[in-house]
Amino acid sequence: MSGTFTKSMARNIFYGGALFFFLLFVALTFDTTQALPKRDNRAAITPEVALGKRIWEEHDCIGCHTLLGEGAYFAPELGNVYTRFGNSKEAIMAFIKSRPVQGIPGRRSMPQFNFTDEELNALAEFLKYSSEINTNGWPPNIQG
Amino acid sequence: MQYQSQAVARPYFIAAIVLFVAQILFGLVMGLQYVWGDFLFPEIPFNVARMVHTNALIVWLLFGFMGASYYLVPEEAETELHAPWLARLMFWVFLVAAGLTVAGYLLVPYATLAKLTMNDLLPTMGREFLEQPTITKIGIVIVALAFLYNIGMTVLRGRKTVVNLVLLLGLAGLAVLFLFAFYVPDNLVLDKYYWWWVVHLWVEGVWELILGAILAFVLIKVTGVDREVIEKWLYVIIAMTLITGIIGTGHHYYWIGTPKYWQWWGSVFSAMEPIPFFMMTVYAFNMVNRRRRNHPNKAATLWALGTAVMAFLGAGVWGFLHTLAPVNYYTHGSQITAAHGHMAFYGAYVMIVLTIISYAMPMLRGRNAANSNRSQVLEMWSFWLMTVSMVFITLFLTGAGILQVYLQRVSATPQPFMAVQEQISLFYWLREIAGVVFLIGLVVYIASFFVGSRDPEAVPEVTG
Repeated sequence: MSGTFTKSMARNIFYGGALFFFLLFVALTFDTTQALPKRDNRAAITPEVALGKRIWEEHDCIGCHTLLGEGAYFAPELGNVYTRFGNSKEAIMAFIKSRPVQGIPGRRSMPQFNFTDEELNALAEFLKYSSEINTNGWPPNIQG
Repeated sequence: MQYQSQAVARPYFIAAIVLFVAQILFGLVMGLQYVWGDFLFPEIPFNVARMVHTNALIVWLLFGFMGASYYLVPEEAETELHAPWLARLMFWVFLVAAGLTVAGYLLVPYATLAKLTMNDLLPTMGREFLEQPTITKIGIVIVALAFLYNIGMTVLRGRKTVVNLVLLLGLAGLAVLFLFAFYVPDNLVLDKYYWWWVVHLWVEGVWELILGAILAFVLIKVTGVDREVIEKWLYVIIAMTLITGIIGTGHHYYWIGTPKYWQWWGSVFSAMEPIPFFMMTVYAFNMVNRRRRNHPNKAATLWALGTAVMAFLGAGVWGFLHTLAPVNYYTHGSQITAAHGHMAFYGAYVMIVLTIISYAMPMLRGRNAANSNRSQVLEMWSFWLMTVSMVFITLFLTGAGILQVYLQRVSATPQPFMAVQEQISLFYWLREIAGVVFLIGLVVYIASFFVGSRDPEAVPEVTG
């Protein structure tokens, strides 16, 4: 860097640039917040869905699965599991309920969480709600 | 070591290395579970191993950043640390909190841990990387505040260098953004939107300021290049980091329910995120080539150059590979993401912490400037073992990712997730082997602290 470009110019670019783009980010966040009600399926957030989300969190489901593509890559994507299971809450509940306690020899297996029927229903409701968020067409196909 | 109080850095560095070992061991457990599905099941399910792997990483990097700050801030400010006792106390608070949290992950089911720690009062658990019980998160905030107070007072009292100001800015940003870890709305889209304010704005924002400041400090010390030159570079690099990286957050907002325009903002700005990393590589090599002295600590110089190169490859190149929205549509949440994550964290943050440890630890252990030749040779072996094996881990995960994306998402007959996983298991085996080599590198690294510690100090080469 030549002598004409001084340290104080570099400093001003840093402070000015950081501040400008931070404010732009805040403005975009504001706009996003305005646009979300039409996209994020918030009307479907019932007490069951909220309970389902809590159960999802308190069992660290994100530690193996992805949800809308975020999480761990050890087990299938669940953002669209509701549609993958034929738009059936019952299928989701039956799957979770039937996991063997000792796993499956040599294979990956979901733990047996011993959920009550109410908890199972809440989880399935949460996954149904998730599947109805407008994700700009992601995932590319039903396999997630 | 010019100031007595710099010595508080030492336990922080030791704790960092101990947690590094835990991180790698649990990484190997996870890697094995990828191909041997019921390994340690149901005692240590995959998610538990993963929490230990990622949380240990985050915590040991934080230990490393704090140790780095306690070492370099007094030297830059040319004054003793404001309150060394507070630094020592916070070390134990943080270590006990980290230890109890890891024990909690391993000893009881996660849901039980949530109950025991009363997650209901203020639910913050169960989000990726932020799995810590709420009480641990509060502990982290307290430690961070005490740390910032201590460092801030020291900076205020002493000489205000650019290195110190940038470091302080980065650390303050780290603490402030962590507060979003306490915001967990029922609305999944809002939850994810602000979760990234912690995760992205940390690793692709304020952490890069910390990285830049530590690297600048070490380069000033080992090259003897005029501080004015290095500080100018530092400003330009971190300016580019924030100019590209803040709006670059948009590359996480393509498919989580946020508006479509983020595909443009995210693609354009995050495509420029490699620029500051490229500049960092050019600058590190430039400074070393223009060095005015031959510092006897060659290992530290190697780490400094290594972190610049590997951060560019891991964060810059591997990030760019899948950052454009049309590409990311297929690669999102696949092994490509994992490949990028591994090399980026290793290159940018693991290596910068190992750089400052390499530079500072000899002095903290009573040397004048450097370890013995024997010790340095071993340390440089560990550098190559860990770095090359990380390159291979990344390449194997990339191979796995390309196949996964094709079989599951691109081909005319997309296959289910688990069916695809079985077909790409060869790559997971190769990754595990590379992981074992990484562990060997880590063992060699630890050995370098004990081998040759009685030998005389290395002396700088005389250039003719």
